[in-house]
Amino acid sequence: MGGKLITLIVIVLGVIAIAQLVRVYELTSKLRNRGEHDITERDNNLNGKMMFGFMLAMYAFFFYLMATFGWTGRGEAASNIGKETDWLLDLNFIIIIAVFFLTNTLLFYFSYKYVRKPGVKALYFPHNNKLEMIWTIVPACVLAVIIILGLKKWNDATGDAKKEAIRVELFSKQFDWTARYSGKDNQLGRFDYKLTTDNNELALLTAETIDSAIASMENGPNGIKTLESKLNDAKLMMIPEDREKMETDLSRKQRMIRLLYQMKERHDNKSDKAVWDDVIQKDTLFLCVNKEYEFNFRAKDVIHSAFFPHFRAQMNTVPGMVTRFKFTPDITTKDMRERMNNPKFNYVLMCNKICGGAHYKMKMIVVVLEETQYKSWMASKKSFKDSYFAAAAAAAAPATMPADSTAVAKDSVSVAMN
Amino acid sequence: MAAVAHDTHGHHDAHGHHDHGHHEESFVSKYIFSEDHKMIGKQFLVTAVFMGIVAMLLSILFRIQLAWPGESSNFLSFFLGETWAPGGVLKEDMYLGLVTIHGTIMVFFLLTGGLSGTFSNILIPLQLGARDMASGFLNMLSYWFFCLSSIIMFVSLFVETGPAMAGWTVYPPLSALPQSISGNGLGMTLWLFSMAIFIAGSLIGSLNYIVTVLNLRTTGMTMTRMPLTIWAFFVTAILGVLSFPVLLSAALLLIMDRLAGTSFYLSDIIVGGEMLTNHGGSPILFQHLFWFLGHPEVYIVLLPALGLSSEIIATNARKPIFGYRAMIGSILAIGFLSFIVWGHHMFITGMNPFLGSVFVFTTLLIAIPSAVKVFNYITTLWKGSLVLTPAMLFAIGLVSTFITGGVTGIILADSALDIAIHDTYFVVAHFHIVMGMSAVFGMFGGVYHWFPKMYGRMMNTRLGYAHFWITIVGAYGVFFPMHFVGLAGAPRRYYDYSVYNEFDTNSYDMIMDLNVIVTVFAIIAALGQLLFLFNFFYSIYRGPKAPQNPWKSNTLEWTTPVEHVHGNWPGEIPTVHRWPYDYSKPGAEEDYIPQNVPLAEGEEEH
Repeated sequence: MGGKLITLIVIVLGVIAIAQLVRVYELTSKLRNRGEHDITERDNNLNGKMMFGFMLAMYAFFFYLMATFGWTGRGEAASNIGKETDWLLDLNFIIIIAVFFLTNTLLFYFSYKYVRKPGVKALYFPHNNKLEMIWTIVPACVLAVIIILGLKKWNDATGDAKKEAIRVELFSKQFDWTARYSGKDNQLGRFDYKLTTDNNELALLTAETIDSAIASMENGPNGIKTLESKLNDAKLMMIPEDREKMETDLSRKQRMIRLLYQMKERHDNKSDKAVWDDVIQKDTLFLCVNKEYEFNFRAKDVIHSAFFPHFRAQMNTVPGMVTRFKFTPDITTKDMRERMNNPKFNYVLMCNKICGGAHYKMKMIVVVLEETQYKSWMASKKSFKDSYFAAAAAAAAPATMPADSTAVAKDSVSVAMN
Repeated sequence: MAAVAHDTHGHHDAHGHHDHGHHEESFVSKYIFSEDHKMIGKQFLVTAVFMGIVAMLLSILFRIQLAWPGESSNFLSFFLGETWAPGGVLKEDMYLGLVTIHGTIMVFFLLTGGLSGTFSNILIPLQLGARDMASGFLNMLSYWFFCLSSIIMFVSLFVETGPAMAGWTVYPPLSALPQSISGNGLGMTLWLFSMAIFIAGSLIGSLNYIVTVLNLRTTGMTMTRMPLTIWAFFVTAILGVLSFPVLLSAALLLIMDRLAGTSFYLSDIIVGGEMLTNHGGSPILFQHLFWFLGHPEVYIVLLPALGLSSEIIATNARKPIFGYRAMIGSILAIGFLSFIVWGHHMFITGMNPFLGSVFVFTTLLIAIPSAVKVFNYITTLWKGSLVLTPAMLFAIGLVSTFITGGVTGIILADSALDIAIHDTYFVVAHFHIVMGMSAVFGMFGGVYHWFPKMYGRMMNTRLGYAHFWITIVGAYGVFFPMHFVGLAGAPRRYYDYSVYNEFDTNSYDMIMDLNVIVTVFAIIAALGQLLFLFNFFYSIYRGPKAPQNPWKSNTLEWTTPVEHVHGNWPGEIPTVHRWPYDYSKPGAEEDYIPQNVPLAEGEEEH
């Protein structure tokens, strides 16, 4: 409290001091018969010089920042499109830095050179068509080059992936990422968000998952049956708000269950195959060097953004739709560690669209492996079919079998790389 | 009370325009529910200054967290208390709340309401030779809508569950789902209602400006004799009328999604364990609607600043603005193009890539009129006789920051490059240099230049100089380094960068070093604003009396009496005979010829 009081007193005294200084200054101005609108030669020249000095200081600061923090933060681009991005980015930077220096120099130099001098009148120079043509046409030409190069690169980056590109789904939710590899058929199985259960977080669509979704919605711990019996139980006392909440929940679930039954009727078992061989992977995303990847992005709750700073790749993930982006990683994690001179370096996938309180923690480590390492890692993974039925069995007999998810999570970077 | 106000004004109209100075007005009709454009302009200014202080304080609070994450700060606990900063450490959710409200206030309340609201109101009638706005009553309403929305936005900071926390762009589903973050309850609702009211006020104001410019110009004031300030306000008002209603519709649909269970923006969502039945909406729709306003909004913020600086630079360089018609052409071109570039905010939302390329093309076209403006400013300075008043310094500073912020826009507009730097600090640096420096410098320049007109007194020049130098050094010191934070790949809206420790400690060290530099400069710049606040309020009451035409300027506002009168001119309205930029015209005695001076014999118009 004492600290705050002292701060307050210091502030008040400071304001009074400035007020007194201003008062003194005004009185001297009055004595010299000078108003605030008359800028003295001294003030004018001083500020002109400061303009020029400021320009030099600004350039010095710029060079200092370039030298200390220049384009080093995320190292060399580690993907094919990233290398082109960096090339184009450098070209654009050269152009804009040149413009920055040229125009700022003219501006500050003129502000210094042409400050009012007694007896020198300003030049009456209202317009000049030739000059104006020059600075319309020259920027237009430079921009044409920038646009053409940019669009060419944009078309390359956003075009369809090759047929043999490896399909991987990245599923985002508050606040983590899950990857789904397309398995042997290189085809991602279908999904529907209504099928989300504890055992099927990605809501994949098969005859079995539909049945289990229906079962859990009807008979689960918060299923329709439980809700109905609670709401109809005359002996159960509830706060009106809780009751209302339960009623909304019930009506929502009743609508959902109708949709699920429709889905079950229409379902064609042929598409299940594509689902069962998919491979789900948490914590770390393993990629194979020099293979093209097509990422399919999904979001469970709000918009996230899949940002791979080192591959210069980014795409939003949007609830209700699938977005896509492709790139080919071309430097393995091992090589990159050497180039970055940092044995602990890793690639990363970060969330780059505000998504809630822990937004800043939402990341997934990315590891790029040699082809042989990648294959042996992939061989060690269980397909969705295996993990799904194993977990279902474990759920049926919870005492006998601990979930093997912790063992999978230990699937650490170094194990795979060795 | 309303009857009193009505009575005094009815009186004016009945008596025509004589002896306006002699009316005894009640306090309420003069200072509160005033229909006089000069008073309304000042009301806008003071409200915006208050909101600006709040938003600046919020930015210092979160900058402290960014530079010294997790360290206890008395400053934070003093303002946020135990609820939002337990033990002096900012809470994650509140960090996002501070960022959101800082952005909202700065963009809408300071730079839209404060800049365009203040100066359009004060200068449009005065520079056109009009007695007042076309509709004084609507003008008064526009201020009170603005004031009400400011109060609601301010109050939302004190809601128990926190203010809106979805970023100033309030993208759904985050902003539509109360379960997704704590501020998404009452805080978000207040945000939406505040903005809806703000838009209503802004629309009324803009319509009024347009009508006044088109209909109430004095004799001889043709469109091509209007000062560039008026051209800028005019185009700004048109942009506002065409784009703000779209934001209103976006906000209304969002309100419906939140309160009425519709699915405009929602589809297939599971949040907080609840499976929602909404299906078929599109979150991307909101982004299209939002940015259809959002991009013109940048120019709603910037054009008035450019207009003010055109006037300030011509006056204080004692030279005609170079390429008057090209300047008008650029304003019109920028205004038109600003409507067909909104998609450059959405290159990586999953929008069709072909659409993206169209937006690349239109966006980069805007660089051409912008370049023309910059070169014209520089040529205006060339061989001038510069009087470096504080206003002039800010105007020159504006041109510098307009260049610095503009060139990085070329990188961001290039969709192929945007992929790598979208939503990083590079973007934050870019738009802060354009809006946080250029537009704010324009506003400061305007205040210093027209303060004698607004309050009949002069601001202190020395304090003005100190304010300028601290501000430009501080602000460049904040936003230059931010580019490098962004190029290092640091995403914006991160509470801290501890996550970097898990994959790249070198980058982490670099980001932290830069963040400390940025925060230190931010604190210096913020303290510099205290000089302005002191100067502003002190001069209102104690500043030396202003002379009739302190800057020896040509425009009509300097022909009105220093003491304000209703109807602006006590006698006849002046007639205009020339354009406003006859500075240092060869053959003239003085180095300026006001617009109401008839052409001398044999004199040619420019």
